[in-house]
Amino acid sequence: MADVKKKATRESYGEALTELAEQYPELVVLDADLAAATKTGIFKKAYPDRFFDCGIAEENMMGVAAGLAAAGKIPFASTFAMFAAGRAYEIVRNSIGYPHLNVKIGATHAGISVGEDGATHQCNEDVALMRTIPGMTVIVPSDDVEAKAAVKAALDFNGPVYMRFGRLAAPVLNDPATYKFELGKGITMRDGKDITIVATGLMVGEAAAAAETLAAEGIDARVINIHTIKPLDKELIAKAAQETGKIVTVEEHSIIGGLGSAVADCVTECCPVPVIKIGVNDEFGHSGPAVDLLKEFGLSAEHIVEVVKKALNK
Amino acid sequence: MDETIKKQLQKTAVNIRMGVLTGTFHAKSGHPGGSLSIADLLTYLYFAKLNVDPKNPDMPDRDRLVLSKGHTAPALYAALAERGFFDKKELESLRHIGAMLQGHPCIHTPGVDMSSGSLGQGISAACGMALAGKLDAAPYRVYTILGDGEIEEGQVWEAAMFAAHYGLDNLTAIVDNNGLQIDGKITDVCSPEPIDEKFRAFGWHVIVVDDAHDFDKIEAAFNEAETIVDKPVAIIQKSVKGKGVSFMENQVSWHGAAPNAEQYEQGMNELRAALAELEG
Repeated sequence: MADVKKKATRESYGEALTELAEQYPELVVLDADLAAATKTGIFKKAYPDRFFDCGIAEENMMGVAAGLAAAGKIPFASTFAMFAAGRAYEIVRNSIGYPHLNVKIGATHAGISVGEDGATHQCNEDVALMRTIPGMTVIVPSDDVEAKAAVKAALDFNGPVYMRFGRLAAPVLNDPATYKFELGKGITMRDGKDITIVATGLMVGEAAAAAETLAAEGIDARVINIHTIKPLDKELIAKAAQETGKIVTVEEHSIIGGLGSAVADCVTECCPVPVIKIGVNDEFGHSGPAVDLLKEFGLSAEHIVEVVKKALNK
Repeated sequence: MDETIKKQLQKTAVNIRMGVLTGTFHAKSGHPGGSLSIADLLTYLYFAKLNVDPKNPDMPDRDRLVLSKGHTAPALYAALAERGFFDKKELESLRHIGAMLQGHPCIHTPGVDMSSGSLGQGISAACGMALAGKLDAAPYRVYTILGDGEIEEGQVWEAAMFAAHYGLDNLTAIVDNNGLQIDGKITDVCSPEPIDEKFRAFGWHVIVVDDAHDFDKIEAAFNEAETIVDKPVAIIQKSVKGKGVSFMENQVSWHGAAPNAEQYEQGMNELRAALAELEG
């Protein structure tokens, strides 16, 4: 995949906001002194009158976003996942979630692939935190095309949305000419009958690569991209459970409370089959280059192949 | 202030205080102390200041009020009922299962502009509303009421910084300075004093009202607030927790306790007497 185009989904976020600003006059952007990193700086440059820096004060930023939404604006509150979902959790819950306000949260630098900044900035818990809030939609796009489509879908949806973007350049998997994003609907990237690999975000590309390797070895793995973790596409997951009998989930997030837990919850209720979770185990990350960390924490096509084979006793 | 109008406001304030007792008595819980300390403030706002329409609670250009000290919802509900946003009967089912009136304000209740109750958050939402008003060049003003204990929350000062930075002169924050919080005197618990100097240092125009139960003084403060340009305004009002019910006044134990039947009767009798005196 060396010649595949790569782009960080945070870039896609900044660009999508800018591209959609004219069509959506109520769109405004908030940031907490990280505009250069979250890429809302692109929007700031194009629409300085609709960009508001809140300084290093994420709690207030979320509250301001709530107030803007209550008065008819569509605010995109942007910062790192650690601070959006972590530090400001209670404000997101009580000032945005409880009144069900039309706030969009753009959380960048999620997961272990933050890299060198280390454990304090590697948020592996945000999806778990956000999906516990009633009425909160949680989206984890896998690439540039999906990220841009997600921003548009969030704008067209009335209610709070948490969007998770990455720092690391990710392979562009989807073709913008044919790609369709439907909120709450998973995408079957590859059909298969032996097992299903359910992936989200940065791990979708790894899951697809793993399926290629497995195919060469005679294992027919289905690959599902779940970009909307909440509401989960239960129908698609149940169908996969029924038809393939085993599921492996892959996410750049703690195995506690994220995609794997959501899928396991669904499968347990509708069609109990084994669900094996690949993700960050119950531990903190540490500093290092993102690509090395992903390998170390088992977030790679190679590790997925190993886990799938073990699950199938092969 | 015109004496007839003042007398009418004083009577309304007594009715709102009765609503506070009625709500908390029937709920068997709630926060009467800090509700009674803002009864006059809410009376002034809802009956002499705010551009609101009970028949059209979501009117786009209405003035907004965010009760950042959301635990004093009984006073807000009593004021909204008195103003006609919903039936006064609702006060009797405050905090009950299936009731409209929640323990803390919920945005879905007619007349409530923002859910609140987790302290320190309402002022941020008020900043967002004020900013939206600026962006739309809308005529409305945004008011938010904070407790003096509440301002111990760090988020309040993040919001204070934000409001001054963006010159939100359509925002007025009222700090209900009754001097008491759950664990005791604010100066003993973890003092937020001097409150006026803090807001001034954060770039706000500060007005101190030395008697939050005097309508002339309340009116003067709000009139002054409207003349301030490019700065948010903080009104620090010195109030009496439990004001209007003798045995609740300045008693921290009435922060979060409901009156029993006997206390309710005594309190209501005192308020009935106050009303009778005003009606002379």
